[in-house]
Amino acid sequence: MKDMRISRRGLLQGTALLGAGLATPTIFSSKAWAAGYTNEPKGGTVTLGFNVPQTGAYADEGADELRAYQLAVDHINGEGDGGMLNTFSSKALGGNGINGKKVVFVTGDTQTKSDAARASAKRMIEKDGAIMITGGSSSGVAIAVQGLCQDAGVIFMAGLTHSNDTTGKDKRANGFRHFFNTEMSGAALGPVLKNAFGSDRTAYHLTADYTWGWSQEGSIKKYTEQLGWQTKAAVRTPLGAGDFSQYITPVLNSGADVLVLNHYGRDMVNSLSQAVQFGLRDKQVNGKDFAIVVPLYSRLMAQGAGENVKGIFGSTNWHWSLQDEGSKAFVKSFGQKYGFPPSQAAHTTYCQALLYADACQRAGTFMPSGVGAALEGFKFDGLGNGPTEYRAEDHQCFKDVLVVKGKENPSSKFDVLEVVEVTPRAQVEYPASLLGGELGPYNNGA
Amino acid sequence: MSFFKTQPKDLILLLCFAVVVLLAPILFAPIGAGYPDLLQKFAIFGIFALGFNILFGLTGYLSFGHAAFLGVGSYSAVWTFKLLSMNPLPAIIFATLVGGLFSALIGFISLRRTGIYFSILTLAFAQMSYNMAYSVLTPITNGETGLQLVQSDPRVLDVAFGRDYGAVLPSSDLFGIGMTGYPGYYFCGFMLILCFFLTLRIFRSPFGMMLRAVKSNQNRMNYTGLNTKPYALAAFVISGMYAGLAGGLLAVTDPLAGAERMQWTASGEVVLMTILGGSGTLLGPVIGAGAIKYFENIFSAFNDQILAQVYSFLPEILQQIMVAISSLFVGEGWHLTLGALFMIIVIFLPGGLMEGFKRLRNLISGKFGGGNGSGRATAPAE
Repeated sequence: MKDMRISRRGLLQGTALLGAGLATPTIFSSKAWAAGYTNEPKGGTVTLGFNVPQTGAYADEGADELRAYQLAVDHINGEGDGGMLNTFSSKALGGNGINGKKVVFVTGDTQTKSDAARASAKRMIEKDGAIMITGGSSSGVAIAVQGLCQDAGVIFMAGLTHSNDTTGKDKRANGFRHFFNTEMSGAALGPVLKNAFGSDRTAYHLTADYTWGWSQEGSIKKYTEQLGWQTKAAVRTPLGAGDFSQYITPVLNSGADVLVLNHYGRDMVNSLSQAVQFGLRDKQVNGKDFAIVVPLYSRLMAQGAGENVKGIFGSTNWHWSLQDEGSKAFVKSFGQKYGFPPSQAAHTTYCQALLYADACQRAGTFMPSGVGAALEGFKFDGLGNGPTEYRAEDHQCFKDVLVVKGKENPSSKFDVLEVVEVTPRAQVEYPASLLGGELGPYNNGA
Repeated sequence: MSFFKTQPKDLILLLCFAVVVLLAPILFAPIGAGYPDLLQKFAIFGIFALGFNILFGLTGYLSFGHAAFLGVGSYSAVWTFKLLSMNPLPAIIFATLVGGLFSALIGFISLRRTGIYFSILTLAFAQMSYNMAYSVLTPITNGETGLQLVQSDPRVLDVAFGRDYGAVLPSSDLFGIGMTGYPGYYFCGFMLILCFFLTLRIFRSPFGMMLRAVKSNQNRMNYTGLNTKPYALAAFVISGMYAGLAGGLLAVTDPLAGAERMQWTASGEVVLMTILGGSGTLLGPVIGAGAIKYFENIFSAFNDQILAQVYSFLPEILQQIMVAISSLFVGEGWHLTLGALFMIIVIFLPGGLMEGFKRLRNLISGKFGGGNGSGRATAPAE
């Protein structure tokens, strides 16, 4: 091997080449081709990004969300029976896409991880030209993606995210949420729990260890302690733990007589099933029957947990057995396409897609600040939740909250929950300042 | 100057590498990868794999806990953003240093064992860090939600220089150039070229030769009276610093750090990258990192709609069958494709993709150049 020194000419040539290479980025960063706002749709189509968990603890919810999005796109483009477009109080959408542009979509897998979700959302924005990102089945992910959308200058329509922080501490101007939150769950569940279990109870919380779990634990504590309940302990469990037996054993001897499971998705299915297997529900503690509460319920979870959910209380955003015109139309059109009723995750994402499309149509633009202005303070009806308002102060929807219970005698495998009470909006409403956070200004991007 | 001692062959390699990195947005556009976020990932994980290769490829120590250093780098970078400045330079310097310190600590303990025991030790340390990030260290890491910037962060250096970000959440910028999109990519790309050059120098240095000797027969080295521990530890720390830098760059392009970056699957990923590309080779790890990130981002995004378009030239029934079959391997099934590809490569090309390229080159030169390139196909490519 000879150890040759580099010649002057070679060095000069190399430097010139390197310089030319270094100059190339300016081609890309120049603003010559920049649009009025990020991903302004130029052709005959507009691209929406559906970012849902396809793997991980919330994969079932994610799959259902994706089905609902596809249905919503069909309806916005004028295919199928129109679903809730027929019952929606705003009649701006005419079944010919949004602002005359046909809706197409791209999908991505959030893996229920903030990193993966942001990478996937970035791909949709940077490569596929998505004008709006929607989805997320975990509040941690929703908050991470919401922040990204704010930076990139696109609208984020939050899917299934229940933490207070999404439209509280971590709210952003470009983010909007149709789903309810833990504060509303607590306010709605409190009175029902009092009626069912009395005001002298000791609770033990098992909490999914991330923003949603903390938020729900806080809200349930707040409202049950107002009733006179005591909180024995609140134990944090990792998301997607699978086996909860090590967390359930200590509950048996803790002296608590209510177990609050702040879990969702497969975590809830596993922890509830294990709690029942350990005989918690057959126990008597302090002279009272041991009770289990699952503050956030969904039909998918109830189905997964089977027999174990009977008689267990919780709250939900929507349930397919509701008998208003909007819900009936949605269940019918979802059922025709997929052969089973939609979950609350499907409902909220379908609503979000429709609400976004409608706001763009009313605003006559896809520019985030214009769409946002059309959504702020928007009052609507006919989407399955009764009269609803998108509050301008925090971009949170306010509507009635359902308190449900696992059905004792289900008539089919989908008929697992019964509505105990519809808590009116006034009872669950709170001032926007309660949860803190700053919306900040809209970002329209490049 | 040691730079001028770089052999012309290596200099050409370095130049070609630099040109590919700089022209990546054009070169990768035809395969759908020419967008900033994925290119950033290519560069960042390229650095990560390059560093890992210095340890695994040269000394043969298989660490299963390198993601811990990546995660630590990310956390330190975000904390630098929060406390000091949104400028990426302090962030990556700090991330590299902390990555190095942390790896010195873990390396010092883990390197007391070799082989499988070493792997298990590093794996255990990484999982410990991961679980600690979720539990006791939550005040530093913000747990599952991830460490994020907030408007009220102190940012003392920015304040000292009179920098005001207004009402919006700040994003990192290098003296006014935003670190998202293509500028962010070129920042990472520049770092990748720098790291590649460093790796090249290490590979060609007496130190690199010593590391190879550790791999081939450590006992014999010890019998000659040479203490190999410092060499192995140095390699471990260097690769830890690469990982810290990569983690810092992840935070630079996207100021958020989550503990899932430290999970054992992330540690396994870098092992896959290195082996897929060809461990012990210079270019292999970068190619492997690119291949895996490409699969993760592009294949996972294929849905039935896109597949139907791909097969639209077929009659309807055939199209449906093809869509049904292929959809198993794309979308959420991308892991399956990756797994199959990995198996094929490990079985037929133990030297990774680089061995494949070398065999191809030998085949061609064998055909046209008089058949002098055959015979030693099993030796790892360089």
